[in-house]
Amino acid sequence: MKKYQAVIIGGGSAGLSAAVTLKNQGIENILVIEKDGEPGGILQQCIHNGFGLQTFKEQLSGPSYAERYIEQAEDLHVDILCNTMVIKLNPDKTIEYVNAEEGYVTILADAVILAVGCYERSRGAVEIPGERPAGIYTAGQAQRYLNIDGYMVGKKVFILGSGDIGLIMARRMTLEGAKVYGVAELMPYSNGLPRNIKQCLEDFDIPLYLSHTVTKIFGHDRLERIEVSQVDEHLKPVPGSQMYFDVDTLLLSVGLIPENHLADEAGILMNPRTKGPIVDDNYMTSVPGIFACGNGLHVHDLVDFVSMEAARSAAGAVRYLNNTLKEDHKYEVFAGDGVNYVVPGLVSASCDHNVEFFFRVRQNFEQAEIVMKSGDKVLRKLKKRKLMPSVMEQMVLTTKMIQELEGDITITVTEVSDGK
Amino acid sequence: MYDIVIIGAGITGTMLARDLSRYRLHVALIDKENDIADGATMANSAIVHVGYDPEDDTLKALLNVEGARMYEKICEDLGCHRKVTGAYVAACGEVEEKHLDILADRAERRGITYEWLSGDEARKEEENLSEQVTKVLSFPTTAVIYPWEVAIACAEVAVTNGVEIYLNTCCERITKEEDHFVIHTNNGDYETRYVINASGVGAEKVYRMVCDTPEFKITPRRGEYFVLDHQVHYVNHIIFPVPSAEKGKGVLAVPTVFGNTLLGPNSDYVDDPEDTGTSFEGLDYVRANLTKTMKNVPYRYVIRNFAGLRPSSSCPDFIIEEAKTVPGFINAASIESPGLASAPAVSQYIIQNILKKHLELTEKENVCLTREKPLAMADLTPEEKAEAIRKNPLYGKIICRCEQISEGEILDCIHRPCGAHTVKGVKKRVRPGMGRCQGGFCEPRVLNILARELNISPTEVVLDAKNAKILESENR
Repeated sequence: MKKYQAVIIGGGSAGLSAAVTLKNQGIENILVIEKDGEPGGILQQCIHNGFGLQTFKEQLSGPSYAERYIEQAEDLHVDILCNTMVIKLNPDKTIEYVNAEEGYVTILADAVILAVGCYERSRGAVEIPGERPAGIYTAGQAQRYLNIDGYMVGKKVFILGSGDIGLIMARRMTLEGAKVYGVAELMPYSNGLPRNIKQCLEDFDIPLYLSHTVTKIFGHDRLERIEVSQVDEHLKPVPGSQMYFDVDTLLLSVGLIPENHLADEAGILMNPRTKGPIVDDNYMTSVPGIFACGNGLHVHDLVDFVSMEAARSAAGAVRYLNNTLKEDHKYEVFAGDGVNYVVPGLVSASCDHNVEFFFRVRQNFEQAEIVMKSGDKVLRKLKKRKLMPSVMEQMVLTTKMIQELEGDITITVTEVSDGK
Repeated sequence: MYDIVIIGAGITGTMLARDLSRYRLHVALIDKENDIADGATMANSAIVHVGYDPEDDTLKALLNVEGARMYEKICEDLGCHRKVTGAYVAACGEVEEKHLDILADRAERRGITYEWLSGDEARKEEENLSEQVTKVLSFPTTAVIYPWEVAIACAEVAVTNGVEIYLNTCCERITKEEDHFVIHTNNGDYETRYVINASGVGAEKVYRMVCDTPEFKITPRRGEYFVLDHQVHYVNHIIFPVPSAEKGKGVLAVPTVFGNTLLGPNSDYVDDPEDTGTSFEGLDYVRANLTKTMKNVPYRYVIRNFAGLRPSSSCPDFIIEEAKTVPGFINAASIESPGLASAPAVSQYIIQNILKKHLELTEKENVCLTREKPLAMADLTPEEKAEAIRKNPLYGKIICRCEQISEGEILDCIHRPCGAHTVKGVKKRVRPGMGRCQGGFCEPRVLNILARELNISPTEVVLDAKNAKILESENR
């Protein structure tokens, strides 16, 4: 059985960054396993600009952003095994994979980094009643057809969900000659980044219907028509509010879900909110030596954050491989009022580096107060304007604070505007 | 001139086509849809009922018990998946418990294995069984299959033995000549001595082409279902409520052959025989009624909902007979549940009790009624997988990441007799797109493979029906 110091599952933005970090920190014997024919992951079909502002201080397209990391990986002689699917990850850190050249192979890793990405929530998962004709796609699927394969999926388009890929596709398809009739969002706020609402919808006069959803699909062979209804505060359709659009295409941008089945089968504990593994300050999961990062851990809004998180995860793996991780009590990190989730979910009492928490709020806040507490002790408190679920927030726990922790950590967000 | 034309390539029609293919007969099987098994056979509970449910002295009772017993061999012969899960009929309270006695009595007389369990005993086996369940009648030999897989396998065998299959061929009119029929379709005329009407929801319509006063009326009855991902293991057995006259078998929880769970169906009469749409009301009904027998339903693992139409009939029994006023026209109609379980016996009944009277059935030489099991990577051990990939590297190229289906399996299913030529056809045969992402990842890849293998443009590849185009135009 071949042995590696570290195996990274997934050669997208997270996996490449993790690989580069490992090599730079002196871990030589590593392998990246990628299911597609080339590394880069979903970036390869994201041909629009806007990637890399944080990392490279310039606006890059998805493929160019990927290329920066692929070049670094090549310079560092990272082994990337493409067209290879991991079938099973075992708790003993053996990995079973399959490809055309080698067949069915089992390898052993001292450390494993899960950089597996996410998948798009489908029509079935969001329960849109009606018929099941052709013409209904997830936004990413339509993006692949257009940007990789070179085909338009339709000319009269409606989009359900205001996720970023849907917004990007609204602009892309409009520019390619399609008519986009509107975007319906179930929630009373958008799920996409504000800049995408502006640049992809407002600039093209595409209406955004907040608190609306698609309530019926018509068409036997190909989609012919959709029914869109307003929803009440319980997200139930309001009778009499129906609108009809005669469209041949419905794109779904209704959420991304971490691809968690390998972790689940390995017995790794999951966070039901993020649907990814629970990790500690080293991005280590509940199975020692298995780490997680990127959209397979929780869904990010910017690829830059994915790359940075993967680097932190790789740094955690390096500590593990160098035997510098101490067994110690771990404090839990809770999402309190107003917060949907916090990553990482555990902090070791002996953690000797700053821990950056990433979290998302549950609803829009005009003027929010963010409080981080340990037991009853307030560690940090700050005011911030305009918080929204689509934008990931950050808060740092310093090494000094860690030394003074009195119990589990909770982050809460409350509205403090006085109505002015 | 054909000896026999079978109208309808569902489980009944294909099973009959396979059985007839052993004889020296000129047989055609026609269907209006673009693939085998696109009607009731595609969307149902996938259960081989053992036969305790039909009333005494009915064809249903006779053929269900017989048909269910034939499936083990049929699935073995055809290389089809079949899993014996067992079934629980769960009673809540004394009134329902009394009804179980009736079922047990029928089972006893029909030689069907059954066992009694208390509510608590059953909950030890099924942790998600509701607390309201007081008594369970268990039928350990009940199995689940992939109905369309069996139908496709039957069609494949039939074609290999010389039966002709015509898809996208919709019967528009039938004229009766002196000693034969002419079936007029959008795809030309078919002359035949005998017609078998196995057209499911369309059986009344087809019968009316030769008879103004049909003795049965078919009303499509829609059943809606949820499908749970196999990441969650929800039930071990099929869980039935106690059946009722009005609502049939009720809302079930069914473990499928590949580890998914089906929840449903409701039961809703509809006018349109094409109306396989789901509805809020129907899905709500499933949710509400499932609570009677089940708890902790993990709806967060729902990956799909679908609806199927059952050919509900004014006649409570199957109608399998030569039409009284139209000699040579044979109805296999009114076949709703347990039509799937009964199909092998229905086919034999038609041959032995009807066709044999009219036709000389001599066996052909060199017929092969079996099919080698298509290679399915998911069924193999790691060593077998390695061996398969050594022989054909494409078995190592995974196209569907959720269900881990390889390009090799997809190519096999395209190039077999009755092969897949649509995205859904591939999905029905080898399952890419059946998983949690519902084809979000693999559909573009499957589409490109289909275009390449069928030597057509990607814009010509369809989802299922022949006009169900997936791509609108090239954009280069």
